[in-house]
Amino acid sequence: MSVKKVKIRFRENSNGTSSIRLNYFGGYETVNGKRKAKRLIKTLPFHLITNPVTLEQENNNKKFKIRAFKIADDWGKELNIKKINNQKFNLDSKVPSGKLSDKWTNHKSNINLVSPANKRLIDVIVVGTGLAGASASATLAELGYNVKSFCFQDSPRRAHSIAAQGGINAAKNYQGDGDSTYRLFYDTIKGGDYRSRESNVHRLAEVSTNIIDQCVAQGVPFARDYGGLLDNRSFGGVLVSRTFYAKGQTGQQLLLGAYSAMNRQIARGKIKMYNRHEMMDLVVVDGKARGIISRNLINGKIERHGAHAVVIASGGYGNVFFLSTNAMGSNVSAGWKIHKKGAFFANPCFTQIHPTCIPVSGEHQSKLTLMSESLRNDGRIWVPKRIEDVKSIRDGSLKPIDLPEEHRDYYLERRYPAFGNLVPRDVASRAAKERCDAGYGVNKTGEAVYLDFSDSILRYGKEKAHVKGLDEEDMKLVKTLGKEVVKSKYGNLFQMYEKIVDQNPYETPMMIFPAVHYTMGGVWVDYNLMTTIKGCYAIGEANFSDHGANRLGASALMQGLADGYFVLPYTIGDYLSNDIRTGKIDTSTKEFEIAENDVKSQIDKFLNNGGMNSVDYYHKKLGKIMWNQCGMSRNEKELKSAINKIKELRKDFHKNVKVPGLADEFNEQLAKAGRVADFLELGELFAKDALDRTESCGGHFREESQTPEGEAMRDDNNYTFVSAWEHRGDPSKAKLHKEQLNYEEVEIKTRSYK
Amino acid sequence: MNLKLKIWRQPNKDSKGGMVNYSIEDVSPDMSFLEMMDMLNEQLIKSGDDPVAFDHDCREGICGMCSMFINGEAHGPDKLITTCQLHMRKFKDGDTIAIEPFRANSFPVIKDLAVDRSSFDRIQQAGGFISINTSGNTQDANAIPIDKHNADTAFDAATCIGCGACVATCKNASAMLFVSAKVSQYALLPQGKVEATDRVLNMVNQMDEEGFGNCTNTGACEVECPKGISLENIARLNREYIWATAKG
Repeated sequence: MSVKKVKIRFRENSNGTSSIRLNYFGGYETVNGKRKAKRLIKTLPFHLITNPVTLEQENNNKKFKIRAFKIADDWGKELNIKKINNQKFNLDSKVPSGKLSDKWTNHKSNINLVSPANKRLIDVIVVGTGLAGASASATLAELGYNVKSFCFQDSPRRAHSIAAQGGINAAKNYQGDGDSTYRLFYDTIKGGDYRSRESNVHRLAEVSTNIIDQCVAQGVPFARDYGGLLDNRSFGGVLVSRTFYAKGQTGQQLLLGAYSAMNRQIARGKIKMYNRHEMMDLVVVDGKARGIISRNLINGKIERHGAHAVVIASGGYGNVFFLSTNAMGSNVSAGWKIHKKGAFFANPCFTQIHPTCIPVSGEHQSKLTLMSESLRNDGRIWVPKRIEDVKSIRDGSLKPIDLPEEHRDYYLERRYPAFGNLVPRDVASRAAKERCDAGYGVNKTGEAVYLDFSDSILRYGKEKAHVKGLDEEDMKLVKTLGKEVVKSKYGNLFQMYEKIVDQNPYETPMMIFPAVHYTMGGVWVDYNLMTTIKGCYAIGEANFSDHGANRLGASALMQGLADGYFVLPYTIGDYLSNDIRTGKIDTSTKEFEIAENDVKSQIDKFLNNGGMNSVDYYHKKLGKIMWNQCGMSRNEKELKSAINKIKELRKDFHKNVKVPGLADEFNEQLAKAGRVADFLELGELFAKDALDRTESCGGHFREESQTPEGEAMRDDNNYTFVSAWEHRGDPSKAKLHKEQLNYEEVEIKTRSYK
Repeated sequence: MNLKLKIWRQPNKDSKGGMVNYSIEDVSPDMSFLEMMDMLNEQLIKSGDDPVAFDHDCREGICGMCSMFINGEAHGPDKLITTCQLHMRKFKDGDTIAIEPFRANSFPVIKDLAVDRSSFDRIQQAGGFISINTSGNTQDANAIPIDKHNADTAFDAATCIGCGACVATCKNASAMLFVSAKVSQYALLPQGKVEATDRVLNMVNQMDEEGFGNCTNTGACEVECPKGISLENIARLNREYIWATAKG
């Protein structure tokens, strides 16, 4: 096989620079019956000066040229090796053929069904009771399947979906502002930075309207206007009002709706609920998921549960960072256990860092609290312009409200005049980090920026004074009126901030800093939401499918309920139709025995380890590595170092962790030890994935791939695929499989918010 | 700051428990109450003692899992918050803090400060739902306009987080505030009216079966409720109940 070389091309730009493009010829392919050359093109993130005048410019050009040749060389080698190693393993996403907008309807009409009489003979296990898990359990039970639901909390109602604040999107177009299924689909694809599967996202947009109808029928008290109809608000990254909400507690109300639907089925005996039970492993028999091993968290009993299919709805893995907006118990274990049994894990490095969270107050911090994205509608984000003002603010000699306007740097408005404070989450977070890294952070640790409502208070106050016919020049009055308006909009968030930080945000600007919030990556699933293990499904945040590299606000609730109420209940029938003659799953087989013994021996090992460090000691250390080296911006050197550090830490953990107490009692430390052990493995795969993806996209920012202005630069020619990792005994040996993403409906564009 | 803690320790539901004294140093006023408990547990693990078991999860006041009775008050001295939102700046250097589980016969202790509140789930299973299947073809969400005042009042009732502070606070260990919140939410919405009679009878019946006490209109529940669920809901529950029994 001949080795192809990468060619270098220079192209003159109008501004006196020349960009450098690498051209790789990868043979021929046949498209629509025509033979076409297959070319891969890469534009380098630096430019040459077209006509150098000074010696310095000339030297710079030389330096860049050498770098370009080196990159071209390396890239050529890499591509040639890939070509040789290409084993033609195709991940089958099972996307139905036909027009994008007809796929789901046709698919539903064509897949196999299970008759009502046969559904009674089939058992399904659902792990997790958040929006996805609860809605799936309820719907499957309504259909007639025997459902066993598991949650580690003391009640299904406590799953962390409950904490979602802002709202849920649906293409209802109640506001008549031009919304449609296509627009919701398009916004979600674009928001995800063109790294999600087109067919899944379109289906999500299609069923979004059903979710709202279903929830209202269930008695979910959404916000309404004075005419008694449903109200909407607007969220970041879109131009219509399509977000339905229930004050700042939308997640709570939706989850309680799904919980009530579950309760109805628990009362009918169609759902058997296992509270305070943790899934410890998946049992695979003849290549099919046939049950789980669970641990009763109250008495430590290890139990075997058989079923014809297993659904994982265990949420995201943000707690790999230790500090996140996730609940303390949120964990990756269910997803990781199935990964180790054969389910591919997709895009682990796609993590959402939310820009508006309350900053860390000290080493004791156990979790971070989100301040809703809606605050950016009225708050302006800034840091001081001059470093001496930063110092005075930090030592308390200068109050932020006393700093004059001309000494403030409203950096989002400066950098992104078109979108200003309402740029998407990934962009806002990176900009905050950039200022803080440059030394302009405003709290003691230098990791906070201001979110200031004083302008809004004045603006609303003047409006109100005008409406009431009062004196608009009376500043005291205007402020009082303005505060009332702001309170009516964000009262509960301001109160929450004051309780935590002990500062009054009506009087002094809020301090905020980005924090880990959501994980777009997760278990790889096909169009039917089945993982690479037959009969094992993943839904909600636990899977990877709908948000690409960045999730838009108010889309997580939509996806969780879409999967659980309207997608899985159909697609699972297609698989289960082959299981109507199988009969009860026998849990006395050797597969169950081996899985149970593995679980028991891990527990024994932890309890008899006799080490000296607590579980949290390791979890905190892992979190620091992840945050500092795989956080908001990533580069090759730090990622490689992170991989080594995580390996070392994992070794140390298994040698020196100390888990007190007994196996047969309520033992939170023991439960936590198992979860942290899994995070220590996931963390390495996370860094490995981030290292492999040398482009910047969505929440994943590689410093090597940026424009001269410091904006993220995608590499569509080489990275328009989903990274699906296969477990091979150890995260370092994980094998990468690629699912190429084909965009038929939308044209891939660069996201710009300038 | 340095503190003295008196904490209820009980190995499991069948054994006898008692208050045990601990002292803790260098507590930061910026810590949340549960972070102080984390610190104590780290200290206990280091010294080879059994850490204190307590329930907690979201740590932002919405999941309803945390359940401590601090210095004689459910969720501690501050108002309209859960234990996880309580911060140490509410205490003074040298204070002694007594920490107990939420006590009620219907909330048996699992271990130390963790209690079993599955009785609440069973009350909800008795009728806390609207009987509608997931089909994707229910009527359009805007088909029935709902009076804004009713929708808002239903929402206020629906914000109950099911923590059990009302029961722990009530001298009769009554669950009336909890039950009334759910009954009110549905009674105020047209979708919930269809089954209102059965719902209130079944839920009240289950509440009695679980062994919760009666309401004597003391109002302590409303004072301690972290979500400010109003006593009006209990009045509405009583109305609904009388109407349902009269109807048969």
